[in-house]
Amino acid sequence: MQQGSLLEMRGIYKSFPGVKALQNVDFTLREGEIHALMGENGAGKSTLIKVLTGVHVKDEGEIFIKGHDGAVQIRSPQEAQRVGISTVYQEITLCPNLSVAENIFIGRGSGAGVNWREMNKKAGQLLDSLGIAVKPTQQLASCSIAVQQMIAIARAVDMECSVLILDEPTSSLDESEVAKLFGLMRQLKGRGVGIIFVTHFLDQVYEVCDRITVLRDGQLVGEYEIENLPRVQLVSKMLGKELDDMADIKNDIPVFKEDGEAPVYEAEQLCSTEGIKPFNFNIRRGEVNGFTGLLGSGRSECVRAIYGADTVTSGTVKMEGKPVKITKPKNAMKNGIAYLPEDRKRDGIVGDLSVRENIILALQVKTGFFRPFSKAKATEFAEEYIKLLDIKTASVNTPIKSLSGGNQQKVILARWLLTHPKYLILDEPTRGIDVGTKVDIQKLVLKLASEGMSITFISSETDEMLRTCSRLLVMRDRKLVGELTGDQLTQNTIMATIAGGEKNV
Amino acid sequence: MTQLKTTGSRKGLLGGMTDTNLLTTITVCVFVVMYICAIVFLQEGFLKPQTLFNLMNANAALIILSCGMTLVMITGGIDISVGGVTALVCMSCAVYLDEAGGNVFVAILLALGIGLAFGLVQGFLIAYLDIQPFIVTLAGMFFARGMTTIVHTNPFNVVNEGFVALKETRLIIPLLGSVNKKGNYVDAYVEIGVVVALLVVAALFVILKWTKTGRNFYAVGGNKQSALMLGINVKKTTFLSYVICGLLAGVGGFVYFLHVGSGAPSHAMGAEMNAIASSIIGGTMLTGGVGNIIGTLFGAMSLATIQNIVSSVGLDQAWWTGITIAAMLCIFLVVQSVIISSRKKKNNASAQAVPEQETKKKEGSE
Amino acid sequence: MSEKLDPKGKGSVLSGLLRNQIFIPFAALILLALFNLIADPTFFALALKQNSAGSYILSGNLISIIDNGSELAILAIGMTLVTASSKGQDISVGAAIAISGSVLLRVLCGDNTRPETIQAPIFVGFLAAAVVSMLFGAFNGVLVAYFRIQPMVATLILFTAGRSIAAWINNNELPIVPGEEFTYFGGYIPGIPLPTPFLIAILCFILTWLMLKFTNIGLYSQSVGINEKTSRLNGLNPELIKLTTYIILGLCIAVTGLIKVSRLSTINYSVIAKDIEMDAILAVALGGNSLSGGKFNMAASIVGAYVIQFLTTTLYKFDVQATALPAYKAVVVIALVVLSAPVVREKFSRLMKKLRSSNHAAAESA
Repeated sequence: MQQGSLLEMRGIYKSFPGVKALQNVDFTLREGEIHALMGENGAGKSTLIKVLTGVHVKDEGEIFIKGHDGAVQIRSPQEAQRVGISTVYQEITLCPNLSVAENIFIGRGSGAGVNWREMNKKAGQLLDSLGIAVKPTQQLASCSIAVQQMIAIARAVDMECSVLILDEPTSSLDESEVAKLFGLMRQLKGRGVGIIFVTHFLDQVYEVCDRITVLRDGQLVGEYEIENLPRVQLVSKMLGKELDDMADIKNDIPVFKEDGEAPVYEAEQLCSTEGIKPFNFNIRRGEVNGFTGLLGSGRSECVRAIYGADTVTSGTVKMEGKPVKITKPKNAMKNGIAYLPEDRKRDGIVGDLSVRENIILALQVKTGFFRPFSKAKATEFAEEYIKLLDIKTASVNTPIKSLSGGNQQKVILARWLLTHPKYLILDEPTRGIDVGTKVDIQKLVLKLASEGMSITFISSETDEMLRTCSRLLVMRDRKLVGELTGDQLTQNTIMATIAGGEKNV
Repeated sequence: MTQLKTTGSRKGLLGGMTDTNLLTTITVCVFVVMYICAIVFLQEGFLKPQTLFNLMNANAALIILSCGMTLVMITGGIDISVGGVTALVCMSCAVYLDEAGGNVFVAILLALGIGLAFGLVQGFLIAYLDIQPFIVTLAGMFFARGMTTIVHTNPFNVVNEGFVALKETRLIIPLLGSVNKKGNYVDAYVEIGVVVALLVVAALFVILKWTKTGRNFYAVGGNKQSALMLGINVKKTTFLSYVICGLLAGVGGFVYFLHVGSGAPSHAMGAEMNAIASSIIGGTMLTGGVGNIIGTLFGAMSLATIQNIVSSVGLDQAWWTGITIAAMLCIFLVVQSVIISSRKKKNNASAQAVPEQETKKKEGSE
Repeated sequence: MSEKLDPKGKGSVLSGLLRNQIFIPFAALILLALFNLIADPTFFALALKQNSAGSYILSGNLISIIDNGSELAILAIGMTLVTASSKGQDISVGAAIAISGSVLLRVLCGDNTRPETIQAPIFVGFLAAAVVSMLFGAFNGVLVAYFRIQPMVATLILFTAGRSIAAWINNNELPIVPGEEFTYFGGYIPGIPLPTPFLIAILCFILTWLMLKFTNIGLYSQSVGINEKTSRLNGLNPELIKLTTYIILGLCIAVTGLIKVSRLSTINYSVIAKDIEMDAILAVALGGNSLSGGKFNMAASIVGAYVIQFLTTTLYKFDVQATALPAYKAVVVIALVVLSAPVVREKFSRLMKKLRSSNHAAAESA
């Protein structure tokens, strides 16, 4: 091990059936540093974290930890804790019904009894020393998320961890809470704790981190000092596009012309309960546009507000010039809007039902409760789209959950195409599916648009959006920060707009 | 789901309390108010201490069963076999004492054994095989009821001497006696069952409050996933809660037997429901993680008092009992969900209000 | 009649049949039949006898199974839908039957408990009972869907109060419905040798089949039970759908109540439809439907119901007392849920894999 390093991971390999999640990844954490682990979806960050915390067991490679001779084996979360690795997850893993002090001390130590006075005293000292302003006797549920997160960190610190992993701790915090959290992180850094910080917020990385490791497609892109890596460079490394030789694949899509026609969909100052800033949005007949931004920037929340999937708190909506009210998905469907959700498994498929039932579901709901399709008719619909989209399934009766991810996605796409929508929203339709299907879906999007359908396309892969969209709306930190059309549609401008913070360019 | 969006600490007296303490306070208040109402409007009986003691004598078994129920409900489960187990314990002990001419102490062991057996089997199925607690304990209830009639079909009174002596044992409470119509002083008394019940309450209170195992029950009920991450053996804890509940069903069964002195298939009919109602009225949340044994004690007593009031005002048909319990349960369930959700909403509102204020401040300063 | 509800029930090849869900209850049915055939071949004897009214009726164990199993089969229809949509079961059906029967008697007999003639047409009485049952179904449904209380706990309220409410409706009197006509529903219509309950059941099956064919209740309730989030995004209203299934169950309860009351021309509040909730849940489980909701096969549930009646009749044959039956059934339920528990299945398949691979290894080394 090198002098001053706390943790070294060398040549880590990990694969799951069909996926090579990590290939020959190295990672080094030094004493008293905050180290950002960056990468887009599927880059392998979470797999790397899970290997480190013992949730997954690595296939190959070695892990060294300061104070332990030779490579250590980490096969379970308990073993990870024993060698001094603690993790604080995005979702609070504390018990909301217990007091702050209990949450710090439960499940630890020996003896059968609980000495409340001593526990509260020790908790009070710990919280004081870390500058967390909360009473040890308070119920956890009455603390803010930020404070809960800090309590989780306090627990980890008290268990004498030398490596602290913070997995997206800031995604549900507001600015002042983030500031508090950062204060705590700096304090721990001063004590020599090494912190691995996973986040999607670039501003935060540049505010608090010393070093960045970037992963992409399960491979190490590189480790950088924060001063040597401007934002745009970071974004380009995460997305896998070199800034200089980035060829513009553009652009055979016709730039969308203004005509007198009212937009198919138009929203003003739309806002939902999911923490996005109010935004304006419109789309014309036959247009393909997209929301872009890093994961967690609020792009999905925007389209969910459009579709009425989250509770809409303000804003006016017009469709083809006429004001309409869209407060729940059914309103949106009646108005010809279709929405393919980001999380296929949670929001998209009805796992145990057959491919046929999954395909007809939306149209069936639109048609009405008392007018079910006959089995023959439903089969006919299903078979038509199975052929059209080339869905690979044993039969229309196969439960959708036994299909591959790409084919499941096509089934859901079929469900919405069957309703012949005027306006189709596709949120990450190509995530986690094979390249062939990706191209199929891109082609389909262009074909549908040429037939007059309006489509909003969201993807983490910028080149995919460049290939399909004629207008891009850029999101950063839950705010709409720019709109790009025509000549602006290049990787460089997109990345610059996503990155923001011009001082670093 | 358990990720509560909350900001800052709550203010005010009620706001500063934990959910458990808030619900317990409500219960104690309800009981006191109800009892005072009874004294004021139905003077005759309720002013005498013996009335309260009689309520306890009659409901000692219920209190014990409710304690077990509270425990499993704190871990997020439910056990509806307790009534059936009570009936089975009564019948088995009755048959053993009278037909086999057995010893009272062995009968007690028999009662505990039956309860423990139910607890072990049900706990194993629920904790380690991950089967829905409701299905398992529903089957347990039917099994116990069926077994009761297999042990003996007809109700009968126990005449075993040792047992009758134990049954007749009364503990005199000094100074709280009353003067009867003839002008004689009558001592106030409680039965042995009440002592057992109070011991159980005290023991469970200590376990839940001052032992690690006790706090683990709360953690598991609060959030299973988190409890696991915090290093708690969730399966073992769940298992233990059902074992204790089963054991207490055995104890409660024997106390019930001691009070009624007979075995009958219809004994403790609907006792599971009363126990659940006592726990819920006592401030135990169905969703788990919230509950207090003292609350349960008052919950059971509230239930007993309201039944007594109902019969005092002349509605003494048996069917009013069922209706009042269900109505009370229904009200408390709804009140619980309203209180908890309004607390959540308040926290949400303050969570959203804060950033807005801050942005305004910033804008102002610029 | 089961084939009608499931078009591919019998027509397909054997392997298809084996994979079909309906195979489970049929296999159980065949097993029971074989057992009886070996134990006592006369079990299956049928006879044409003259009853007291002078008309010829069929009699025998098989007839008593299709007669007495019919109420259960009708309930299983509603229970299947409720299970599918709300991922839990309604345990108040027995109590609700008592209420529905009580309302029916109240309307038919009026204020007089021994009227000379019926005070209202039977149809009107049934309509009133149906409306009341559906209201109580809606009550359960609202607690489950809108207050998000676990189905079994929410229905526990009515489970306790139901029989009391039933007694209260008739002031705890036991009215007797006059006239032959009313007994037809639970007995025999002159000239028809088959028991009327079975005919009513067939009618219900046909109506259910029509309902499943001409509305989307099947698709919607399964979809809501499997993935509520997706259902909402596809324009469904999960709360309303859950509520609807509880109301449909209410209607099934009313029909069952009519048959039950007609069998006696009167009612016994504490005994009518006792423990039927257990049987109804068992029917759904025996039909191979998951008790945690989602996909269902209606025909399989109905066959399951008759299998349970077959089991009951068989147990009676072996001199098992009616009151002891629940114990045996509880064992069957536990066996079923243990076998279908994911944990057990996983362990079993791992064991099989190990056996197979060790076999392979043995073969290779040889």
